[in-house]
Amino acid sequence: MSATAIGTSVKRKEDASLVRGRGTYVENLTLPGTVFMAVVRSPYPHARIESVDLSAARAAEGVIAAFSGADLAGDWAGGLPCAWPVTEDIKMPPHYPLAVDEARYQGDGVAVVVAESRALAKDAAELVEVEYEQLPSVGDVVKALEDGAPLVHSDLETNECYVWKLESEGGVEEAIAAADVVVTRSYRQPRLIPNAIEPRGLLAQVGPTGEATLWSATQIPHILRFALQLVVGIPESKIRVIAPDVGGGFGSKLDVYAEEALAVALAKRLGRPVKWIEERSENYLATIHGRDVVHELTFAATTDGKITAVKSEATCAMGAYLQLVTPGIPLLGAWVYSGPYEIPHYSVTFTGVFTNTTPTDAYRGAGRPEATYVLERTMDALARELGMDPVELRRRNLVKEFPHTMASGLTIDSGDYEASLDKLLEHLDLDAIRADQAKRRESGDPKQLGVGFSTYNEMCGLAPSRILGAIRYAVGGWDSATIRFQPLGSVQVVVGTSPHGQSHETTFSQIVADRLGVDLDDVEVLHGDTAVSQLGMDTYGSRSLSVGGLALFHASEKVIAKARAIVAHQLEVSEDDLEFASGTFSVKGSPDRTMDIKAVAFQAHAAHNLPDGMEPGLEETATYDPANFSWPGGAHAAVMEVDCETGDTRLVRYVAVDDVGAVVNPQIVDGQVHGGITQGIAAALYEEGVYDDEGNLLTTTMATYLVPSAAELPSYETDRVETAADNPLGIKGVGETGTIASAPAVINAVVDALSHLGVTDIGLPATPERVWRAIEEVRT
Amino acid sequence: MRRVALTVNAVQHDLEVEPRELLVYVLRERLGLTGTNVGCDTSSCGSCTVLVNGESVKSCTMLGVQADGMDITTIEGLASNGELHPVQQAFHEHHALQCGFCTPGMVLAAASLIEHGEATSRAAIREGLEGNLCRCTGYHNIVEAVAEAAGVSS
Repeated sequence: MSATAIGTSVKRKEDASLVRGRGTYVENLTLPGTVFMAVVRSPYPHARIESVDLSAARAAEGVIAAFSGADLAGDWAGGLPCAWPVTEDIKMPPHYPLAVDEARYQGDGVAVVVAESRALAKDAAELVEVEYEQLPSVGDVVKALEDGAPLVHSDLETNECYVWKLESEGGVEEAIAAADVVVTRSYRQPRLIPNAIEPRGLLAQVGPTGEATLWSATQIPHILRFALQLVVGIPESKIRVIAPDVGGGFGSKLDVYAEEALAVALAKRLGRPVKWIEERSENYLATIHGRDVVHELTFAATTDGKITAVKSEATCAMGAYLQLVTPGIPLLGAWVYSGPYEIPHYSVTFTGVFTNTTPTDAYRGAGRPEATYVLERTMDALARELGMDPVELRRRNLVKEFPHTMASGLTIDSGDYEASLDKLLEHLDLDAIRADQAKRRESGDPKQLGVGFSTYNEMCGLAPSRILGAIRYAVGGWDSATIRFQPLGSVQVVVGTSPHGQSHETTFSQIVADRLGVDLDDVEVLHGDTAVSQLGMDTYGSRSLSVGGLALFHASEKVIAKARAIVAHQLEVSEDDLEFASGTFSVKGSPDRTMDIKAVAFQAHAAHNLPDGMEPGLEETATYDPANFSWPGGAHAAVMEVDCETGDTRLVRYVAVDDVGAVVNPQIVDGQVHGGITQGIAAALYEEGVYDDEGNLLTTTMATYLVPSAAELPSYETDRVETAADNPLGIKGVGETGTIASAPAVINAVVDALSHLGVTDIGLPATPERVWRAIEEVRT
Repeated sequence: MRRVALTVNAVQHDLEVEPRELLVYVLRERLGLTGTNVGCDTSSCGSCTVLVNGESVKSCTMLGVQADGMDITTIEGLASNGELHPVQQAFHEHHALQCGFCTPGMVLAAASLIEHGEATSRAAIREGLEGNLCRCTGYHNIVEAVAEAAGVSS
């Protein structure tokens, strides 16, 4: 195996610039004549805009222009799009880049100022006088559904956005009625604020003939180009979106934002490049949040622990408006409420609800962490109810044969969940942990020990276009890749995915180098620019390798096929008589008759001697539409120490065994797993976006919202099981697995540490206060 | 405007800056040293960490005028003669960066920790890097990289 083959830990190509501080993040880019934009935002969760006085701002030093929402109303071809109307009768209120009559959440933009520098724009924004009449507002997703709750959109006459159901054919209620044991539990998963360390940023330029270029810290340059036409009315053919180096996304940059449309519209009006860099406190208000879901989950089971039905009812906050895929986020979890278990009866209901809060949308895992959390917590609750070991309960219910068609209708192509669980137990030494736990319980040690499990699966690799169509998503889920040999044998690879930390340059180079037998350094991966990569569906939902990587595989097959035809023609042999390995074609039985692929590339461009009718050049494009989702899975365990006197917790060990199929670059995959696990641990122990009942955000900075540092976390123990997915590379997605699996393992461990005291639940996140209160409650 | 004299990455600069201008913007916008990133507005994230007279400092917590007469090292000044600093090299080897946005600050904070003899164990490295947030890596590989650069055994 070569040092760069698929399966080896090639060191990243991306690092050479990033580790030297030579990244091209939007904030580092500038154009001659650039002006800076500042957005004036509503300080109230809900208010009628009585008047906007821009005169002082317009007169301020360095100010070029200032506009209210009403001033710009004629600039919009349409509102900010929502691409996922999940039901026929979903309520989709209009959402324009600036509010005109009413502001509906704290942070809703009401005016915009453009000035010669960022500081002057900010100074002038403070001079904008907006008169508001405060309106009743609601911040809580459950209260928003109560009779008489303040209405976010009064013309809708309800805060209910939609009700969506998925049920297996018949029998869920009957299975529950007939069950030996029924366990129902409620859970609240709070707001999570994604906190990519690079806030959002934009630079927009519009030329005299209307051609627009937008540099944006986005995950989705292609979808953004499409959406911009709908909002600003410039045809897609004249829009170029460039995602330069992007400093993390986690779903928060998978959106079409008001500021993106504003920057383009203002660049067009003013004839100057417009730049906007989000501040962190602004990011907390104006960039989407995740989660904010209240669940009730019911299991029906037999006394020997076979689960016969799962029923979930969830109330899901949309926020004040529907962003790009806001209503669809719960649906991304709709098929994993049975997780890796064989459960014959299945019912899932989501109620989407408007509140006077920042819109929610995709945050790492999107829907699947929500589902997996309530499923895995309830597995432990059922185990306690049955007096059964939680590992044994899981094992009894795991799917054992693949492919497996679930009661919910989709088919899991591959997996070996028991192998992951077995490997996890090998690493864990559960007997020693239980012995330590028993000793501490016996001695009344203030520091108690608990172990929590999470066996999980997920559906990712978004997504088969036909299925997306069936669930009313507006666009497709395919992706595209081009492999372009240059005449002297170096290779340009153009992909439709758009990375922001995921190492596509390295991983995709490895695939091409491996398939075509060229040097890794001869491969250049181009991405994130719609002028370079015309076709693409971008990066989210653990799709880049499992969809984009497979497009690349198919493009490489096409390149090999064309090269084979050229070689056969020039060596005057049949194509069937050629073997291709390590970049060289050789004639079977005559190993001295060879031609390497670089020579073929030259011949293809010289075109002196090609088969009749063949077009010159060696360049092939493949678009790949997956037939199924990607189905990673695995088993995780957390060991937690809980201080019963203070409620403080410490994560002692975290062990993860994941099956993400075949692995292209183990070091990069481990990095994805580490990062994913950490965001789940953070949700379990630290992070909570807090709104008061009216919708005032109380956690508005990194000083009040705890993004964990290295000091809060341990090093992780990771391992893999590899079952080949049903695709030519055998690969599955990996970007979200850790976040999906880890939160319930951590909370199950905290509850386990305190279960002998009678504690059965801890709210999220399990802060020292919540843990302490849970202990006090059972003591009194 | 106020005059300040700074030495940045061994180059002397005489500049006119606004009294309210933060050091990070002096570096980024007046000197074009865009390697120092800004990730928050509460001195929480550490992306803007630079070395001021050898000490690791969040350059958003300091005004440009306060840096008058001081010696500053940014990420651009860490490699010498094209050779990566051992911490930069270790970050590359251990895949201690993904999106790279926190990396300049993280590398400088780690270099300072090692320089001060405080990176004595993995636990000490974790404590020492508490002021620098990374959202991508979960810190696992950052700790491994710093441990290697500091000569902490595994």
